[in-house]
Amino acid sequence: MAKTSKDLRSPLSRARGLGAAKDGVHHFWVLRVSALALIPLSLWFVFSVACLASGPADFYAVQHWVSAPSVAVALVLFLATALYHSVLGVEEVILDYSTGPARLTLLLASKFLHAIVAAAGIFAVLKVALG
Amino acid sequence: MAQFSLPQNSKIDKSAGKTFKAPAGAKKVKTFKIYRYDPETNANPRVDTYEVDMGSCGPMVLDALIKIKNEVDATLTFRRSCREGICGSCAMNIDGTNTLACIKPCDEIKGDAKIYPLPHMPVVKDLVPDLTHFYAQLASIEPWLKTDTPAPTRERLQSEEDRAKLDGLYECILCACCSTSCPSYWWNGDRYLGPAILLQAYRWLVDSRDEATGERLDALEDPFKLYRCHTIMNCSRTCPKGLNPAKAIAETKKMLVERKV
Repeated sequence: MAKTSKDLRSPLSRARGLGAAKDGVHHFWVLRVSALALIPLSLWFVFSVACLASGPADFYAVQHWVSAPSVAVALVLFLATALYHSVLGVEEVILDYSTGPARLTLLLASKFLHAIVAAAGIFAVLKVALG
Repeated sequence: MAQFSLPQNSKIDKSAGKTFKAPAGAKKVKTFKIYRYDPETNANPRVDTYEVDMGSCGPMVLDALIKIKNEVDATLTFRRSCREGICGSCAMNIDGTNTLACIKPCDEIKGDAKIYPLPHMPVVKDLVPDLTHFYAQLASIEPWLKTDTPAPTRERLQSEEDRAKLDGLYECILCACCSTSCPSYWWNGDRYLGPAILLQAYRWLVDSRDEATGERLDALEDPFKLYRCHTIMNCSRTCPKGLNPAKAIAETKKMLVERKV
C-alpha cells in the first residue's frame, strides 16, 4: 500500500492490481472437507494409540496391530488427510505473514516438506504392515 | 506483510508531548491523550495531553475534540461532519477501539481518554488517516446496480423478502472502523479488500435486482481479495453501527461454494 512519489498509477489501478485469481474456493472447500474427515480419523488414531500404549508396547505388538488391513488403510488415510490438511493450513499462514521472494520460498519449502513427510509416513506404515 | 513494529519515523516520541491544563475553577476534569503528527515538521508523532472541563462540554468525544480545537489548540486536526453517526467522518481509535467520536460518550471511557487515528493506515495529519486505497477498493467492486435487461419504465420491483436481505448491509456508512481493526487488512491491505468493502460487495451480491451476481463472484474469488478473511470477528465487534461484516463475508464464501458443489 505504500505510496511512493515514483508510483504514478491511479489508486483504482493499484486497488485492482492483477485482478482476481479466480481461485480460492477449491482451497476453502477441501480445507473443510479434510477437516471433516479428520474428526473420525484423529479420534480413532488417538484412541488406538492409547489402547496400544496400555498394553505391551513393543514392535511386535504394533506390527500385529498395523498388519490388519483395515488398520493399515486407516493409518494411510489418516496420514494423507492430516498432511493434506496441514499443507493447506500452512499455506494460509504463509500468505498471511510473508511477502515477496520469502513467500514463494516458504510456499515451496512447505509443499516439499509435507510431500516428503507424507511419502515417508505412508511408506513406513506399508513396510510395517507388509512386514 | 506483517510488520510488528512501526518504522523509525512513525514511533511516538514520548518526551515531546505537550500538556494543556484545565482552566482554573474547572469542576469536572477529564484528560484526553491525543495522537499528534504534523507532516510539515520532521518530528516524530507525539501524544498531547488535554484537560477538558466536562462541565462546559457536550457529552460525546467529538464534542470534547471540537472544544479543544475551538478553545485550547486550533492546530488539532480531525475529520468530522454530521455529528450523529451517519457520515462516518470522525472514525478514530478511542480507548483502544475503532469507533465514531460523535456517538462515543466520554463517560463510557474509564480513566484518561486515549485517542489515536484508525490503526495501520498512513497518517495525513493528527487523527486524519489516508483512506485513498480504501476508497479505491470500494470503487473496484463496482458498488452500483448492474443489469442487462433494459431499464423498466417505472421502478425495478423487489419483494419484501428480497428487500429484507439488504437489512444489516445498506446501513454501512463506510467509516472504515472495521477494515482498520482487521489484522488481515493490516498485513495484506494492499490486496485483501477488508470487511467494509466485502460487506458492500455482498450488499450487491444479494440484491435481487442486480444481474451481475456471477461476474461479481468471479471478481471476488481470489486468495487475497476475499480469502484473507479468517473470521477473526474484530470487524463485527468494532462496528459502530452494529453491523456484521464477518457474516456477510461468510455468506459470500458460501455462495462461491454453492456455485461449485
